[in-house]
Amino acid sequence: MADVLVFAEQRDGKLSGTTREVVSVAARLAVSLGGSAHVLVLGAPGSVNGAADLGRYGAAAVAVAEHDALGEYNPEGYAGVVADHVRKSEYAAVLFAATSLGKDLAPRVAATLDVPLATDVTGIEADGGSITIVRPVYAGKAFATLEVDATPVVASLRPNVFPPTERAAEGAVSTFTPEIDPSSWKLRVIERRQESGEALDVSEATVIVSGGRGMKDPSNWKLLEGLRDALGSGVALGASRAVVDAGWRPHGEQVGQTGKTVAPKLYVAVGISGAVQHLAGMRTAKTIVAINRDADAPIFNVADYGIVGDLFEVLPRLTEEIAALKADG
Amino acid sequence: MNVIVCVKRVPDTETRIRVDASGSGIDTAGVKYIVGPYDEYALELALLTKEAKGEGEVTVLTLGDAAAQETLRKALAMGADKALLLTGESGMDGLATAKALAAELGASEAPLVLFGVKSIDDDQQQVAPMVATLLGRACVTGVASFGVADGKVVCHREVEGGVEVVEAPLPAVLSITKGPHEPRLASLKGIMAAKKKPLEEKPATAVPSRLRVRSLSEPPGRPPGRIVGEGPDAVPELVRLLREEAKAI
Repeated sequence: MADVLVFAEQRDGKLSGTTREVVSVAARLAVSLGGSAHVLVLGAPGSVNGAADLGRYGAAAVAVAEHDALGEYNPEGYAGVVADHVRKSEYAAVLFAATSLGKDLAPRVAATLDVPLATDVTGIEADGGSITIVRPVYAGKAFATLEVDATPVVASLRPNVFPPTERAAEGAVSTFTPEIDPSSWKLRVIERRQESGEALDVSEATVIVSGGRGMKDPSNWKLLEGLRDALGSGVALGASRAVVDAGWRPHGEQVGQTGKTVAPKLYVAVGISGAVQHLAGMRTAKTIVAINRDADAPIFNVADYGIVGDLFEVLPRLTEEIAALKADG
Repeated sequence: MNVIVCVKRVPDTETRIRVDASGSGIDTAGVKYIVGPYDEYALELALLTKEAKGEGEVTVLTLGDAAAQETLRKALAMGADKALLLTGESGMDGLATAKALAAELGASEAPLVLFGVKSIDDDQQQVAPMVATLLGRACVTGVASFGVADGKVVCHREVEGGVEVVEAPLPAVLSITKGPHEPRLASLKGIMAAKKKPLEEKPATAVPSRLRVRSLSEPPGRPPGRIVGEGPDAVPELVRLLREEAKAI
């Protein structure tokens, strides 16, 4: 009972970027526990790519559950297949990524297995056969160290916190057809509408360009979009509560205690003063840049680098310099 | 149509969290408590549903200690018809909470049970789908708005970079996020009326917690940052630092 299972998420057959992070953690835990890391992916027959590549991050075995009804996420369908798969072996831990899919799926799996769930975990260690978990509470105003009194330990890991680590393992891929009855699933997706170009959630982005009330008008977001585009891929827009409450930006972009808690490599706060509840949501970013007119704004207390000035002058210059840098390679 | 809204008493978002002497809880001195902000969105949608149908009752339900009465009174003042307090511990183990709630909700005939998408204290974002799984009911999470017709609920939910429309049969459990409808404020009349509305209290089914907080710590402080400069002339130095020192771009 020392193996660790990872649920790997795919979109259009492509494994999500956070999968490598979660597999790396699973492999590390499995070494401590004397077992190995296994991966489960669900998808339409023949649609999943890159499964064998997970061996590089320490996956000993990758099982692909294939069925026409599993191409797109269905909460009940996925929860049933994952829980059945977990029950077939004796896993010490089952790990998910705390993406929006993972946050929907993991509670259903945990409840089906009758074990507790720790969400959005930022630290996980195996010591003497027992697993200790650290996770933020109060949106990051404090961190709780948890003991789990159940097997398997089920947790979802916060994206961008655990670096992918190469650790060679076999990565043997096998496929199977799960026994499912889609006609028994209660939920039916009628429509999916894509509103922005890249389907990247702010909680998964490696870089976030975030705007606040200092932006003055929703039309000025084109300046932030310019910076986002200059920075390349994996960049999402964020927003403060004030501008979401004002209806300037969608709630999905909101960073903070009543929005999303994020941990990107780079967080650029533009025209955001830094209310307690916003700072709680982004203070674990690796590097924080703040641009604000007010030198006394609380955002400068958490920023690694700050520029005091008019964002309408600073932002275009920053976009220009970064675009030039990227063009030089 | 009857709707049950599960709410939680949580510290206000402006609260500065301090760890207490036990090392595993927070210092509650001076902390102001509120109805969970997402629970308020859920309550608003419940009240709009009742108003649209022109019939039914909105019940607010919570698991907590006697202090949660205040939270329920606030919800009654916003317009809920009655309240139920299950007295018991609501801790980190969301499954234990879900079991205590499911024991009550399973006996109810309300076709809709709403939750806020997450509590802003433990932030586990799990109780609604767990309750639904335990009761064998449909569950849609992260719902911004919904409509009920012909024994079904059609939900608009937030997904990465877009919107998803999901249909579920009733009875259903929904977790509600911020959407187009702002929670109403309690009027003075509402506050007076709330004092006379029924607030029942009974012990929750005891469920042992299997996810326990061993210790709580304040977040690691960030090393002091620096002001690179003023105005656009500081940009080249910022870019250099981001590239060479922070290796962030």
